[in-house]
Amino acid sequence: MGNRKFKIYRGDNTKGELVDYNCDVTEGMVVLDAMHRIQADDANDMACRWNCKAGKCGSCSVEINGRPKLACMTRMNEYSPDETIMITPLKAFPIIKDTVTDVSWNYKQNLKIKPFSPAQNKNNTEKGLVMQQVDVERTQHFRKCIECYLCQNVCHVIRDQDAKEKFVGPRFMIRLASLEMHPMDDADRIPAIKEDHGSGMCNITRCCTEVCPEDIQITDDGIIPLKERVVDRYFDPVTMLYRKLFKK
Amino acid sequence: MTEVIGREKSFLSTLREDRWWISPMLVLFGLLSFIVYSTWAAWQGEYFWWSGALNAEGFGGYLSPFYSPTFFLDITKEGIPPISHALFGEWPNWLWWLPGHSPAWLILIFPLSFRFTCYYYRKAYYRAFTFSPPACAVGGIPQKDYKGETGVLLFQNIHRYAMYFAIVFIFLLSYDAVMAFFRDGEFGVGVGSIILLINPILLGGYTFGCHSLRHLIGGRMDCFSCSHSAEHSHSRWKIVTYLNRRHQMFAWCSLVWVGLSDVYVRLVSMGVITDLNTWV
Ligand code: SF4
Ligand code: SF4
Ligand code: FES
Ligand code: FES
Repeated sequence: MGNRKFKIYRGDNTKGELVDYNCDVTEGMVVLDAMHRIQADDANDMACRWNCKAGKCGSCSVEINGRPKLACMTRMNEYSPDETIMITPLKAFPIIKDTVTDVSWNYKQNLKIKPFSPAQNKNNTEKGLVMQQVDVERTQHFRKCIECYLCQNVCHVIRDQDAKEKFVGPRFMIRLASLEMHPMDDADRIPAIKEDHGSGMCNITRCCTEVCPEDIQITDDGIIPLKERVVDRYFDPVTMLYRKLFKK
Repeated sequence: MTEVIGREKSFLSTLREDRWWISPMLVLFGLLSFIVYSTWAAWQGEYFWWSGALNAEGFGGYLSPFYSPTFFLDITKEGIPPISHALFGEWPNWLWWLPGHSPAWLILIFPLSFRFTCYYYRKAYYRAFTFSPPACAVGGIPQKDYKGETGVLLFQNIHRYAMYFAIVFIFLLSYDAVMAFFRDGEFGVGVGSIILLINPILLGGYTFGCHSLRHLIGGRMDCFSCSHSAEHSHSRWKIVTYLNRRHQMFAWCSLVWVGLSDVYVRLVSMGVITDLNTWV
């Protein structure tokens, strides 16, 4: 595949530059391979985070030619031979060094979520509640999340509008959805979803879904259903009255 | 060394070099064209009906979907249905101010509010019209206190109510589709009948794939296996989910088709084109 041109961000959170590199690319290489080769040949001090090289650990999230991607799942042959490949750190999070960012804000969001609270008295069989396949399927695909935080990074609420205080972000909206839709879970997170987690901050423009490497339908299956549950509780007079009357 | 690259938060700031602007431009162009055409068509107040002759009587005929249901009719106009077709009779004096004495204005709010608050169209126009954001990883207009859908946009939460009306409209337009297979009481088929038959089918594909419907019909439940009624809800939810996955496609197809239906009925009614059919 020949010699290819790269521009890689080198620096930290206060200053940095795009440095030009050349790298011999061979058949089957992904962008992460090229970064490793550059690191080995020309830039021994270049920081580069990765772990599995199989799209399963979510460590290698960067922006390639301006688009949030996993470096280990982006094939070199996606780019035309004369294209310069630009690799920059995730825009929404502080840079530690080079393309490595500090994503710890996300872990703090996770801590805000009321954990799984199984109820003992729910039934669907004589044996008590047994998870049936239909119920498993619905929330199972949320669990494919590898916590790469590409969705958090691309979400304009977090990325452009500096609203990190008001919105937990798409990754945690699907975590909330998987808990709220769990047949066994008994906790009520709807007030928190509206107020603290900020479901209304999302304007369903779907960039999170577009970048998710696990193809999780974040917006359609996670966020919108939660928004609808918030409507039930706070905006629809009929469902509000029903709740009052039947104390549901 | 320069300052940090690619981190400025300004309108359209991006490191993307692909043609990210094509999709919002197409949406902008598509929606604007529809808005301009439908406003013009609603303004006309005439040539929205054809049943073999201008202002023909009898059961059956082609009615433009922009004008269905017809509340009032100004009988001085050309290309309108028989007065029996107007739910409330002749054009009332107190509506003298409506442009073109067009009954289309009176029903416009229903499809308009439905599409405007639709979760798909919201995405489309938030990107193409208000640039929040224009495309993924492309800077939107920076706001001091971004509110998302919690501020003035709270009204989007009425969507399910707009959806209830939209379902009623599917029945109304299905009635119109049946009527398009008759002319003065006689059964037949014309190009217009086919066009007006496809219309409620596409609208049905769109409406029955609605996110609010998907929630109300089953999505609001946490357990699909806990009772018989929950199992039934799950079956319905699966059908809505199937359409919901294709919601964007149906949103555009049904929009374009509604517009085309009006164009067709209008041109036939104006005598610009001749409807091929089995009646003549
Ligand atoms: S759909 Fe919502 S959560 Fe996802 S990127 Fe857009 S604003 Fe953020
Ligand atoms: S939801 Fe998708 S994009 Fe977001 S963190 Fe999980 S795997 Fe990554
Ligand atoms: S290295 Fe694990 S996801 Fe890329
Ligand atoms: S979400 Fe599009 S019609 Fe309801």
